[in-house]
Amino acid sequence: MPSSEIIGWFADIGLSDRPTVGGKGGSLGELTRASIPVPPGFVVRTAAFERFLSALEQEEAIRSKVEALGSHELEKITALSGHLRSRVESAPLPDELNAELLAAHAELCGADRDRPLAVRSSATTEDAADASFAGLQDTYLWTMGGQAMLKYVRSCWASLYSVPSIAYRRKQGLPESGVAMAVVVQRMVNARKAGVMFTRSPLTGDRSVVTIEGAWGLGSAVVSGEVTPDRFVIAKITGEISIREISDKHVQHLPAESGGVTEAETPGDLRKVPCLTDEEIKALRDIARKVERHYGRPQDIEWAIDQSGEILLLQSRPETVWSSKDRAPVAKPADDPLQHVMKIFGGRR
Amino acid sequence: MNTPVTTKGFPLPSSLKVVAGTEAAQAAYPYYMQFSKEDDERFWFYNSMHFPEPMCAFDMVTAEAAYCALGSSNTRIHCLPTTLGIDCRIINGRVYIGGNAVTDPAEIARRTQEFQRRAFYYYANWERLFAQWKDKMAALIQDAEALPKLEIPEFEPLEHVHAGRGIASNHYILETYQRTLEGYFRMWHHHFEFLLLGYGAYLTFFDFCKKAFPEISDQTVARMVAGIEAEIFRPDDELRRLAKCAIELGVDGQFREGRSPNEVIRSLEQLGEPGLAWLKELAVSRNPWFNINVGDGFYHYHRSWNDDLSMPFAALPGYIANAKRGERLERHTDKLMEERKQLIADYRDLLETDEDRAAYDQMIELAHRVFPYVEGHKFYCEHWYTNLFFNKIREFGALLSQHGFFPDAEDVFQLTHYELEAAIVDLMTSWSNGSVPRGPSRWPAIVKERKAAIAEWARHETPPALGPVPDIIDDPAIVMLWGITRENLDTWLSAGEQKDSNEIRGFAASHGVVEGVARVVKSADEIDRLRHGDILVCQVTNPSWAPVFQKIAAAVSDIGGSMSHAAIVAREYGLPAVVGTGTATQKIKDGQRIRVDGGRGVVTLLG
Repeated sequence: MPSSEIIGWFADIGLSDRPTVGGKGGSLGELTRASIPVPPGFVVRTAAFERFLSALEQEEAIRSKVEALGSHELEKITALSGHLRSRVESAPLPDELNAELLAAHAELCGADRDRPLAVRSSATTEDAADASFAGLQDTYLWTMGGQAMLKYVRSCWASLYSVPSIAYRRKQGLPESGVAMAVVVQRMVNARKAGVMFTRSPLTGDRSVVTIEGAWGLGSAVVSGEVTPDRFVIAKITGEISIREISDKHVQHLPAESGGVTEAETPGDLRKVPCLTDEEIKALRDIARKVERHYGRPQDIEWAIDQSGEILLLQSRPETVWSSKDRAPVAKPADDPLQHVMKIFGGRR
Repeated sequence: MNTPVTTKGFPLPSSLKVVAGTEAAQAAYPYYMQFSKEDDERFWFYNSMHFPEPMCAFDMVTAEAAYCALGSSNTRIHCLPTTLGIDCRIINGRVYIGGNAVTDPAEIARRTQEFQRRAFYYYANWERLFAQWKDKMAALIQDAEALPKLEIPEFEPLEHVHAGRGIASNHYILETYQRTLEGYFRMWHHHFEFLLLGYGAYLTFFDFCKKAFPEISDQTVARMVAGIEAEIFRPDDELRRLAKCAIELGVDGQFREGRSPNEVIRSLEQLGEPGLAWLKELAVSRNPWFNINVGDGFYHYHRSWNDDLSMPFAALPGYIANAKRGERLERHTDKLMEERKQLIADYRDLLETDEDRAAYDQMIELAHRVFPYVEGHKFYCEHWYTNLFFNKIREFGALLSQHGFFPDAEDVFQLTHYELEAAIVDLMTSWSNGSVPRGPSRWPAIVKERKAAIAEWARHETPPALGPVPDIIDDPAIVMLWGITRENLDTWLSAGEQKDSNEIRGFAASHGVVEGVARVVKSADEIDRLRHGDILVCQVTNPSWAPVFQKIAAAVSDIGGSMSHAAIVAREYGLPAVVGTGTATQKIKDGQRIRVDGGRGVVTLLG
């Protein structure tokens, strides 16, 4: 099925579609278009949420009720939050919308109706609070079946009405009309190992290295901080691996049989063994360079390596900590280039 | 037991005692190299980089000539703003040195003005002056090679008499000795003519890279600057050429591991035409490219390939095997050049501002301009000339031992250069007046005593530094040549606390991690003990050792920085290397399993 107002397949969307597919969705589309391997999937665009919300608004006012709240009225916010979340999670979807989402699900899964999927919220905001907002958004891993997908899409939408989310918008005085949420649905990677990487050093800001963190199993264990990952630093240009810190990776996240993710103890013979080979570190570096070149700025990337050894990216977003710093030039050109040597010969005082 | 460190500082020179029983040997070194009471006020460090072993009395001439030339270049010729020269002392055969810093701001300003009129002229006219330098070196080498043979016949040759020469042979013995010594001192002036300026320009770029890319490895910066066709690579290139010749001539079967050079040469001679053709090629390579010694040229016993063919011959079987497997033997100079260009461009792209890029371009241009000297001078100075020098001194040793001054020609190196001149005058006097020289009754006992002292000193550890720790080290010479910074000194001061550690740290010279069997090789005679896949552990990594890199899995050395040529060769061979560990040959046992992490500069003892 082709992309539509409701559904955007990764190959058809990019960063410029951010207002309707959110940051995460836009980034996955952008990567797909740049021929960087990501697990296939689609985005449930913001229009789907809006259509659903309009249907709900016909039964009771929602946006105006939220806007009527003061930012300090925590009790009222809590009460409304509980009510709206349960509405969003349980009210029936408009038939047409329901059908289109299930059709996209069927196409993504192919013959295997219960193919495991990840359902992840993809926010459209891009203000300074993005980082903290991201923490409020939800990711549901290893969901199986169309009904489960619908349930978690709604859960993502519902997170817009969580207490902190509403409180934040009220504090900022943001209009509810602009509030929308896109949701990414993509095939789950049965990761043998996974983690994150930065195309600059998080410690020094050095752009000449790629820092890779990884552990056994699904990447959620690394992202959530439940396991201390191995850390590798590789020179972006030469491929020299300068740092290998191998940690005791006591737990790993694995897909649960009934869907979802479960935590398990790492088998003893794997705990203190590097989770990546040199070849994998180098392959990750190659992909990191490609992504960074595509975006033209340093990136913060989530990666996974599946059971067959294929590397897939789950996420790439601009690195913000160092990039927002104003960096003075290390040195300025001199009228007489020889003056540079005075840094060595001229003394420190 | 841990002794709490109350004040930061190293033992005072005056607290360092001469090892009992070696006092006479210590007294032999010149008076101006003995520690005095005033020296307690100053900071000194053990120059283990250049002089890792106790120095024979004669070999001290190298320290003397080198610091004399280094100092005059810094102090009087180029007028480095913040430093004068380097002072040198010796105790228990160990060479300690200390810098003379300039700290008065007015004086620094005055010297800065001078420096910019002098050093900047050198930078601006580098290529021309360097070409002139090569001519000067060639002439100096020619002079040294042309020094006359030492002959004092019973009667002067008749033709000298008929020609009315009027000067007897004994005079020429003394003259030749003085010219030998003069040439060596002169060579060291040439050595330092460009050295500090070259290193300084390189370090300017190095510092920039370290600031712009805090996690860049030393070796990556080195690779951006390193030359591709420096003279120092030629000896190794010649071996590859000879390997190829052996295959082409069909004599490659004669080169087998474990066969001595003499055995190989004899068997080649017996082969007739093709064998002789190869030996002819060998002769071509030997002059001058086998004038490379197996150390850094600072000890008389660091012999050259020409004097001891075991090093190059040990490498030939491996090169021949590689060639037969179809590996290209020539160094891929075009490819290396292309890689260097790409590396420079790629790092340039990572810079964040146009100003940075412009400054980067200026600095690397200068680094490239100076680097041929930095890389090239060693072959001419520390190798070729030094070999000629020590071999000439050997001739004096042979002459004196013939006349009973000491049992063995090599014993000559137990005399200082002043004492050697005295012995020569003794011989020329006795030859002239027909009496018995005094030397034979004097020197044998002294030589024996001094050899014993050297052996004794080698058994004693010596502190890495002496005297009060300076607040900052602002001497570019010391930072550049020895890599000594305030931070290093703190590590040295706390070194006692980590004695049990099974880790040895050094400079990360070439990345990669390898585990294997350590082969502790103390001299070139032992290199045929190296087996395929061994980890070489040695005191100095030196370009002349390059041929062994084809069969080892990793290299570890006591001495050397990440810019040492061996580090460059290790990178070319893609082997992990940790250099400048200070203690690897002492701490690692032959045959022990070790892990070498060349990216972090760490060697781990495994069992």
